[in-house]
Amino acid sequence: MKLSRSKTYKAISAALWQSNPISKQILGICSALAVTVQLQTAIVMGLALTLVVAFSNLIIALLRDLIPRNIRIIAEVAIIATLVILADELLKAFLFDISKQLSVFVGLIITNCIVMGRAETYAMSHGPYDSFVDGIANGVGYSSILIGVAFVRELLGSGKLLGFQVVPDVFYSAGYENMGLMVLAPGAFIAIGLFVWLEHTLLKD
Amino acid sequence: MEHVENLISILLNSVFVGNILLAYFLGMCSFLAVSKNLRTATGLGLAVIFVLTITAPANWLVYHLLLAPGALAWAGLPEVNLNFLRLVLFIAVIAGMVQVVELVIDRFSPALYNNLGVFLPLITVNCAILGASLFMVEREYTFTETVVYGFGSGFGWMLAIVAMATVLQKLRYADVPEGLQGFGINMIVTGLMAMAFMIFSGIVL
Repeated sequence: MKLSRSKTYKAISAALWQSNPISKQILGICSALAVTVQLQTAIVMGLALTLVVAFSNLIIALLRDLIPRNIRIIAEVAIIATLVILADELLKAFLFDISKQLSVFVGLIITNCIVMGRAETYAMSHGPYDSFVDGIANGVGYSSILIGVAFVRELLGSGKLLGFQVVPDVFYSAGYENMGLMVLAPGAFIAIGLFVWLEHTLLKD
Repeated sequence: MEHVENLISILLNSVFVGNILLAYFLGMCSFLAVSKNLRTATGLGLAVIFVLTITAPANWLVYHLLLAPGALAWAGLPEVNLNFLRLVLFIAVIAGMVQVVELVIDRFSPALYNNLGVFLPLITVNCAILGASLFMVEREYTFTETVVYGFGSGFGWMLAIVAMATVLQKLRYADVPEGLQGFGINMIVTGLMAMAFMIFSGIVL
């Protein structure tokens, strides 16, 4: 019981479920959809974003008394941009193939509204520990939608999961075909639309 | 002659098939936020065309004179590669250009300034602007191609947001299931629209 009343628990559950950044606050859709053709890229993207939000929250929370009020946006963008460059370079060094597939979308984390939004609304007014946890929770909330959509798209679109064939060959010889639409851009829009529908319906109870 | 054909094909591609919003999911945040009203959608669309046509070439110059490997040869530093600074510099150029554009419009055309109003500053954080600059580098466009690409992307974005605004006005009178209302149905409508835009992919010049 004690756990569910602590502030940290509340912050995490809010970010994961009640006010999930993508499905509830409609933030950060920009990069959410483009990387969801495959599960693998979605997971890496989610990880990169989680780290960037968590550390930008931490750093901004530590510096929040030092940053002058009227140039805070520039200061925040500079901190976020530095972290994104770090993430980008790390991906290039260790996961080159995936970083090629993610192409410009890692760089676009800078303009992802989640990062900026959490920095503005949370990190500027909370302590470093709370902000860090909030960043992780929001990143995971974001990733969960990304991975959910990617799961559906990769399974239906190419019959694979994480690059491994999941749909057995028997299905194909019996006339089953991959759903080409899911690989294309419209598939992402429709998949996320249906996803949100499901979530809203479940959440109402 | 071939050169002109190439430019036309870039223009058509950036407006329709490779629409920055519907195929690359960039600029979604403001797209969903302001597409409720036709007037504001048009205003924001115009502002995006304007800023994209200016910032994409500006970033091209920055990239080729400062950042690309070997670009600093004119300053006697051919070995220096500042490519890792790309994200920071691009976002700084965008923020700066938006500010300059705002001042210039205010000085020479107060009427247009009043129409664009609050949308100009908002554009700095529009993923489509940064995205176009990053794509321009990745696809190795020349300067003229970049100008055409910037304009085309902006125009495609405006086309999508204006179309969306009109659809949403009609949608108000439709009977949408409860859980799907709002974000869910918006995404599905966008998906259908993306499908319509993809029809143009068969055109070869």
